[in-house]
Amino acid sequence: MKKLATTLFATLALAASAFANAAEYAIDVKGAHAFINFKASHLGYSWLTGRFNKFDGSFTYDEKNPSASKITVNIDPASIDSNHAERDKHLRSDDFLSVDKFPKSKFVSTKITDKGDNKLEVVGDFTLHGVTRSIVIDAVKVGEGKDPWGGYRAGFAGTTTINVADYDFKNDWVGNVELELHIEGIRK
Amino acid sequence: MLKNSNNNFGLVSKTVHWLSAVMLLSLFAVGFWMVDLSYYSEWYRVAPYYHKAFGLTLLALTIFRLVWKLATPQPEIIANNKAEKTIAKLGHAALYLFMFVIMISGYLISTADGRGIELFNIFTVPSLGEFIENQEDVAGVIHEYAAYTIMFLIVGHIAAALKHHFIDKDDTLKRMTH
Repeated sequence: MKKLATTLFATLALAASAFANAAEYAIDVKGAHAFINFKASHLGYSWLTGRFNKFDGSFTYDEKNPSASKITVNIDPASIDSNHAERDKHLRSDDFLSVDKFPKSKFVSTKITDKGDNKLEVVGDFTLHGVTRSIVIDAVKVGEGKDPWGGYRAGFAGTTTINVADYDFKNDWVGNVELELHIEGIRK
Repeated sequence: MLKNSNNNFGLVSKTVHWLSAVMLLSLFAVGFWMVDLSYYSEWYRVAPYYHKAFGLTLLALTIFRLVWKLATPQPEIIANNKAEKTIAKLGHAALYLFMFVIMISGYLISTADGRGIELFNIFTVPSLGEFIENQEDVAGVIHEYAAYTIMFLIVGHIAAALKHHFIDKDDTLKRMTH
């Protein structure tokens, strides 16, 4: 009984410390130290890349217990930027993102697994074009520590591949799109 | 007779009028059709290219048309009363206004990111840059609705011409065709 109590206490203490240490971070969109890039095949001959310029979000992360981490990212799909106004206009239209009908896109993590060596498997619900699907992001913690201006930062990079047909795009011939996330958070 | 007289249109005015009519209707038809082209259509790149080039040509032609309007006498509008005359003037002004709105908004779609518009491989009409955020979207909506509006104006224009010809039995239509 005493042993059980000790174990229980230790577990609670660990859980409490884990909770206490799971710092909250806001993604540094103000300083633009975060990027959501995409990459799609053009005719099968080359890669077309672009990014979403407007998004925000936050995450919690504790080095000692990465599996307890959580992340939420809100993306404005209308902010898509492929360095060509006419193409962006087309991408925002009903042929692709239908941003008038679906002005919000979102990723909310549901389960984060520590793969060791700073690697993380981030499972979460990704909403795009009004469709929500579970996706897996292979992420890596790039680094964390004090910044030169009195703050504390942690940064991650992650990649995932989605098929736009899964998200009911009218022009689903685009096929697979690779998403690349670079996230730097400032501890709140 | 190149120039207009007080009663008749000259060759220049007539040519510009009918050329504008053909171009305007063709641009509308092509524009209406090309926006739904599949990416893999052989027209996907060609149709917008010519739509833009002819659109800018029409813009130049319309600017010339207005200059010519000042340089040559204007035949009196044939009307039964003052109200008809006012309606005719307003209608013509609206046609010019919407032509400019359509052509300028079209230019603003394609030049929103600093790219110019290629004109038949002769030269590139430069971009004036981005004036407002998401200019290509805003200009696109204006371009579309202004184009539909001018089609209604043109229907009115044709109806008025036919009314003059068949009901009033005056020379309004004839002096533009003969």
